[in-house]
Amino acid sequence: MRSLTRDDVLHVAKLAKLDLTNEEVARFQRQLSKIVDYISQLSEIDTSSLEPTSQTTGLENVFRKDEVKPSSYTRNGYFVVNAILDKKS
Amino acid sequence: MDLPLTIKDTQDGLINKKFSAVELVDSYLARITKYNKELNIFLTVTENEAYKKAKEIDKILGYKDTKILSDYPLLGVTVAYKDLFLTKGIRTTAGSNVLKDYIPTYSATVVNKLKKAGAIMLGKVNCDAWAQGSSGENSDFGPTQNPWKKGYVPGGTSSGSAASVAGNLSQIASGTDTGGSIRQPANFCGVVGIKPTYGAVSRYGVVAAVSSFDSIGCLTRTSYDSQAVFDVIKGSDGFDSNVRDFNYLKPKNKLTIGIPKEYFISGLDKEIEKSLQQSVNSLEKMGMKMKEISLKTTKYAVPAYYIINTAEYSSNLGRYDGIRYGESRKEFGQEARRRIILGSYVLSAGYYDAFYLKAQKVRSRIINEFNQAFEEVDVMIAPVSPFLPFKIGEKINDPLKMYLADVFTVAPSMAGIPGLSIPSGFSKSGLPMGFQLMGPRFSEYSLFSLGEMFEKATDYKPNVAKL
Repeated sequence: MRSLTRDDVLHVAKLAKLDLTNEEVARFQRQLSKIVDYISQLSEIDTSSLEPTSQTTGLENVFRKDEVKPSSYTRNGYFVVNAILDKKS
Repeated sequence: MDLPLTIKDTQDGLINKKFSAVELVDSYLARITKYNKELNIFLTVTENEAYKKAKEIDKILGYKDTKILSDYPLLGVTVAYKDLFLTKGIRTTAGSNVLKDYIPTYSATVVNKLKKAGAIMLGKVNCDAWAQGSSGENSDFGPTQNPWKKGYVPGGTSSGSAASVAGNLSQIASGTDTGGSIRQPANFCGVVGIKPTYGAVSRYGVVAAVSSFDSIGCLTRTSYDSQAVFDVIKGSDGFDSNVRDFNYLKPKNKLTIGIPKEYFISGLDKEIEKSLQQSVNSLEKMGMKMKEISLKTTKYAVPAYYIINTAEYSSNLGRYDGIRYGESRKEFGQEARRRIILGSYVLSAGYYDAFYLKAQKVRSRIINEFNQAFEEVDVMIAPVSPFLPFKIGEKINDPLKMYLADVFTVAPSMAGIPGLSIPSGFSKSGLPMGFQLMGPRFSEYSLFSLGEMFEKATDYKPNVAKL
């Protein structure tokens, strides 16, 4: 059975920026060892001829058209924007 | 007033002036006030927004002609949003204490689309935190009750969504489905749930769970209503580059329906199996051709799924650093911590090839098997869950047992194909049962149409749990 050590849990928790209590470390070590053992059954399948799938849409490199558009309206060489201060003190 | 059960009932009532939209909102809010404390469905009730929209609708009803429903296909339909959907100016928690005070600055595309179509938001509903779980118990705001039987889970992670429709605290609800999170709670609550094809509906403004799986769908009381909502929410918005306006397969009246034999495992509840057999018989009587098929890799779907799931979670939850928004990482609950740690582990040096890459290859194999099967059959029928809704607390201390609740829903999620969860009756103990129809990518309309034909043939009546 593949199992996680206490150091594995602490190391990964550090990478993930999680502060664990001692009780959590013990609990996760126990629970995750069971889960890791369970997921290890994947080694039974021959996948040598398969490519990995990272998503199922079949789409690649979706970009919008890079069209040149005029920028904001200008007047006297300045951009015109909405006023942010609307009252004079 | 008697609350309408279907979208058509709602709209007939409004157009024929049986009730106004404001009266409709009055009745729903009264019901929420009366039952929510016990059921723990709504986390936020948006009374002001609901009345504002209702008044707007009553105004439209005053001057609009018969074209009104083509302009507003969901006119007057009350909706509860899973609290994973961002709503501008309204707290959105993802079921987690990390976002307990988070107020979004924009709304999800689905929220905007439903609003534009005339739907009335009643509020935000409970879910497993970050959409992690299979029972609704992982919410940091407490578990939601199954309206059909108190003390039992409504399923998850769209727990409040399914329960709100089952108890008629809302006409429809939005949901998200990563590995079964719409189909399974719909099944546990006796309502219809659609998990669309991956990429059919924009995820923009929906808190990310497992990005290569996340599908946005809805929960309703009939297949017809499911289609009506899907019609509104599908399609590209320019903000989710996985979404395209695809060509959907055209529904047929005579279908070959596959029964995958690997979905009839020894752990399958006997009552569910019997109910499914009855549904198969009904489909045969309707003139459908049934065919046994094999999806050999099914048993490896759950382990492969939980590798990819936790890996993508560990990445997606990395953004919650408590600096820009939300509380600190100390607020993450147990399941989120478990998945972040497991996900970081399977991605870490030395384990990436053995776990993550391997799981992605197994995913390819599962996709190939589905593709092959769909050359022989148009759709498939299968159970949604191996067991009936269980008691709150029964499985919460054994995460692995909880993961196995997803055994029939994760494989189709791996392949990104759509699934429609349909109710088919009740167990002896009074708990809802049902089945799922799965089809190839973009076969949603075949599923809706078959669902409708099934409901008609079996004289299905939309109903509401007695509260």
